[in-house]
Amino acid sequence: MSNGDPVIETRKVSKYFHDPVTAQVLKEVDLVVKRGEYASIVGKSGCGKSTLMYILSTMDTDYEGELYLDGERVTGLSHDRLSRIRNEKIGFVFQFHYLISEFSVLDNIILPGLKLGRFERPELEERAMGHLRTMGIEHQARNMANQISGGEKQRVAIARALINDPLILMCDEPTGNLDSRNSAIVEEIFKRIAAEHHRSLLVVTHDDELAARTDRIITMDDGRIVAL
Amino acid sequence: MAFRLLLGISSTLLRARLRQSIVAAVGVTFSIAMYIALSGFMNGLNSLLDGLILNRTPHIRLYNEIRPADQQPLERAFELHSAAGNGTVHHFINRVKPKGEEARVRNALGIMDALRKDPRVLGIAPKVAAQVMFNVGTIEVNGAVNGIDPKEEDRLLHFSDYLVKGTVAQLASTNNGIVLGKGLADKMQVGIGDVVQVTSIQGDRTMLKVVGFYQSGMADFDNVQCFATVSTVQNLLVKPRNYITDIQVRLHDLAQAPAMAREYAARFGVDAIDIQTANAQFETGSAVRNIISYVVSIVLLVVAGFGIYNILNMLIYEKLDSIAILKATGFSGGDVRTIFINLSLIIGICGGLVGLLLGWLLQLAIDRIPFKFDALPTVTTYPVDYDPLYPTIGILFALATTFIAGWFPARKASQVDPVEIIRGK
Ligand SMILES: Nc1ncnc2c1ncn2[C@@H]1O[C@H](COP(=O)(O)OP(=O)(O)O)[C@@H](O)[C@H]1O
Ligand SMILES: [Mg+2]
Repeated sequence: MSNGDPVIETRKVSKYFHDPVTAQVLKEVDLVVKRGEYASIVGKSGCGKSTLMYILSTMDTDYEGELYLDGERVTGLSHDRLSRIRNEKIGFVFQFHYLISEFSVLDNIILPGLKLGRFERPELEERAMGHLRTMGIEHQARNMANQISGGEKQRVAIARALINDPLILMCDEPTGNLDSRNSAIVEEIFKRIAAEHHRSLLVVTHDDELAARTDRIITMDDGRIVAL
Repeated sequence: MAFRLLLGISSTLLRARLRQSIVAAVGVTFSIAMYIALSGFMNGLNSLLDGLILNRTPHIRLYNEIRPADQQPLERAFELHSAAGNGTVHHFINRVKPKGEEARVRNALGIMDALRKDPRVLGIAPKVAAQVMFNVGTIEVNGAVNGIDPKEEDRLLHFSDYLVKGTVAQLASTNNGIVLGKGLADKMQVGIGDVVQVTSIQGDRTMLKVVGFYQSGMADFDNVQCFATVSTVQNLLVKPRNYITDIQVRLHDLAQAPAMAREYAARFGVDAIDIQTANAQFETGSAVRNIISYVVSIVLLVVAGFGIYNILNMLIYEKLDSIAILKATGFSGGDVRTIFINLSLIIGICGGLVGLLLGWLLQLAIDRIPFKFDALPTVTTYPVDYDPLYPTIGILFALATTFIAGWFPARKASQVDPVEIIRGK
């Protein structure tokens, strides 16, 4: 597989919510993200960006249409298979930096790696330390996850998303909850990931400056993609 | 590897909630300990009380009851007569009393040989019962001397449990030795080593040396019954070696007694009574005590189970975020379920093991409590049954309870939809 092959592809994906009234939130979305591509999704609040991301990440299976990941049709696969695919091929960063507070920073990062089992713990720790170093927070590795600042947590979440060398890194408003200085740091990290690792990046953002620096801006409006 | 990872996650989550986890574990500890202590005590008491009957009573007793012939002799003769077609005849000679019959079992030695060869028989103890009179000063006291085989009587019927003075070996080895009922000995004011004069119903006198005292706790019994060897009593009665009045049989399997008693009665032409017929009521008491200890333990364990159920529910509610993260990063629903069931089992195993220890200590403590029981003079403290069955059942039950208590919350956790949690913020 080379740059330019589709990593993620949707075919006429639609999504309905039935509570409180039936509403179509995604309307026949067709989207392709290619290998090595750094793309952003922008659009008004409530237009369905997060909803789309959850479907792309395989966490939400309640939709119409088809989803292909790395050339494989993942629509309709069992939850266990999807867990495995998420573990191996997708890195996800949320707006709120979800870390498990009972674990250290380092353990938080390597948990998905231990689950995958491709590498042993010492090697995973080494890789995690590498990520932490490039993000400038290696000194926090042994601290508990709830003892570090918000900006640092988001960087740890990115390191965690990268631990299994995913095909694609998906981020839902990763800087939405950060101050401008931390936003700049995270933005910088994304750019480096896109440049160095030949990895696809799909970032939902409100931040026009961040979007402007990506290879491609996908604009959504009312559940539709209006500009690719 | 995969399981170790999940176990590691379980124990990390558990450490974060150490206090509640310990409280839940203590619940398990208490119920297991109580179950073990209670069962050990109840069953110790059960076997003690059952033993009062079961240990002293032969499973089958063969004897010869002196009674009128089942069919009067003339009747039989007349029946033959009428059967030959001679018409019905009436007679007036009725109620012919037994005469010249002895209380002994006919062919006792032959029967005993046959019984010893029966693989269902654990052992047999012969007995010769004799009514006697003890001469104390100028008065006479009624008594009964049982001639026994001391070693077999002890092996099969726990004779030494009721010996307050003297030993089985002394009785066996002393020529013309006698073990007196405690009440009788007190009445006669005799001590160990004294010689008492015994007169049989036929008037034969014998001097016997007191080698021990016997106490069953039943006054009527202890005021009358004495024990000597079979040959001593045979000599006292001036009877031959084959004069045996009772053959007491112990079986490997108590349940076979009624059927075998019927079989022996038919085969040997003797009277035979089985223990179930002789003591119809004794089983209900132990059944009730067993039920009580199980009910109490189950109640305790259910309470402990609810404790675990509670803490797991709370933990899962608090850790919804973590569960969502685990699932978002590739842990499956099954992994999450395993994590929380492990958590519950860790609590159950730790609590259960401490419970085993505590239960055992409680048993030891109960075993130290002084307890005087007239019917069993050799018992000085409360009886405890240390059967390993109770700890085994206890720990299995603890594991089952914690597993079930953990199963439902864990299943709930495995079904958490990460999208819902993540979107909800
Ligand atoms: N669980 C839900 N039940 C019903 N409606 C929902 C639910 N989640 C989101 N929505 C609706 O779906 C639409 C898209 O939401 P979302 O994808 O979060 O938008 P965005 O991320 O672009 O701001 C919104 O109108 C929102 O109100
Ligand atoms: Mg959103």
